[in-house]
Amino acid sequence: MSGKKRRVFLLVWLCLIAALAIAALLVGSNGEKESVTEVMRDAVLHENDAVSLFGLLEVNPAVISGFLVTLVLLAFAACVRIFAVPKFKLVPGKFQMLLEQLVSFFDNLAKGNSPHRNGFLGAYIFAAGVYIFIGTLFELLGIQVVTTAGTSVALPAPLSDINGAIMMGCLSYLVILSGGIAGNGLKGVGLTLKDFSLPISMSFRLFGALLSGLLVTELVYYYMHLSFVLPVVVGVLFTLLHALIQTYVLTMLTSLFYGEVSERSEKPPKEKKKRGGKKAQASPG
Amino acid sequence: MVPLNIDWQQILLHLMNFVILAGGLYLLLYKPVKKFMDSRQAHYHEMAQTAQEKLEEAAGLKNQYEQQLKDSEVELGKLKAQAMTEADAAAKQRLAQAEEQRQQVLERAKKEAQAEKERILQQAGGEIEGIISQAIDNLLASKTGDPINDFLDQVEGQQP
Repeated sequence: MSGKKRRVFLLVWLCLIAALAIAALLVGSNGEKESVTEVMRDAVLHENDAVSLFGLLEVNPAVISGFLVTLVLLAFAACVRIFAVPKFKLVPGKFQMLLEQLVSFFDNLAKGNSPHRNGFLGAYIFAAGVYIFIGTLFELLGIQVVTTAGTSVALPAPLSDINGAIMMGCLSYLVILSGGIAGNGLKGVGLTLKDFSLPISMSFRLFGALLSGLLVTELVYYYMHLSFVLPVVVGVLFTLLHALIQTYVLTMLTSLFYGEVSERSEKPPKEKKKRGGKKAQASPG
Repeated sequence: MVPLNIDWQQILLHLMNFVILAGGLYLLLYKPVKKFMDSRQAHYHEMAQTAQEKLEEAAGLKNQYEQQLKDSEVELGKLKAQAMTEADAAAKQRLAQAEEQRQQVLERAKKEAQAEKERILQQAGGEIEGIISQAIDNLLASKTGDPINDFLDQVEGQQP
């Protein structure tokens, strides 16, 4: 592109941005009909944002998000299974390497934290990690759905709903419990129940982290003058960051506790033998 | 109302959704990729093991050949020593035989020389006797003069 053309392109681009900004300011917004308190409250509780699920149930938008994320992920996985996996080579290409890195990351995490029992754990944290990461990034798409009240709402991350976060936290706890039972039987149950606060902490950590991102984004978009440039940082970078962090934290904590409770404890040597040995040692003298 | 809008129905819906996702991801993505990675690891492990076995086999063969070389050197030394001993013995035997042969040849030569000497002496004696008898015969046949002079003349006449 020559210098003159480049200058014309930049000029047109800047004019377009300025025109859109002015138009946006002139048109105004009806978003201020709701107070910021109501917006925050709706984002947390979804009391007024119920969405119809196939006309059967009224659910939070996050449930719809969860189903959509599952649908997309399963479609992607099916495509990979059908088209990519049969063409895998011993020396991997870029896409194959990406998939292998993804699988081996969670597999190694499971093996590293629970070396004695990690088959089921690896599969679980893989699914949980992918769900948390993709589900959190899903909110960036801002897909709109119509609520039962007739208003539109952007689909949030599935786990920014307290019900989704509780499901994930409690399921992870149950997985840990299953590891305890498989590894140590009743003792494993005791070891797991010892950390009774774990499901609550895991659930609310996930919920709080994802909700905080959502709230900050809602807050930013609530005010018109904050809707320029700032969402790029707040909306994209923060979402990417806490998607990565929460994925790592939940999978790491699950595998860590799983490894801890499923590890077989070694029995101490019997004292009788020691006494016998001492007697035997003492008797010749 | 339940605090934070916690709803068992929605928790179960989330759970169902996640179970579907986990099962699907396990079957469609995690298991096939992991299986491929494991098979590749097994393949390379097998290759490494085969290479290691071949290396060990080669090292064993090398040791074996070195040992064989050492053994053959020792064997060669023994054979050499044995050959030297045998050669010494053979040489001594040949020398003894040669000495014996020399003695035999010497003795035979002595005997032959002695026999030749005796034969020559006998022959010379016979010739002398013949000459003497002829001279006597001649002397007796002539009886003309002094016999001693005749004899001497006759002897002189026979000398070259």
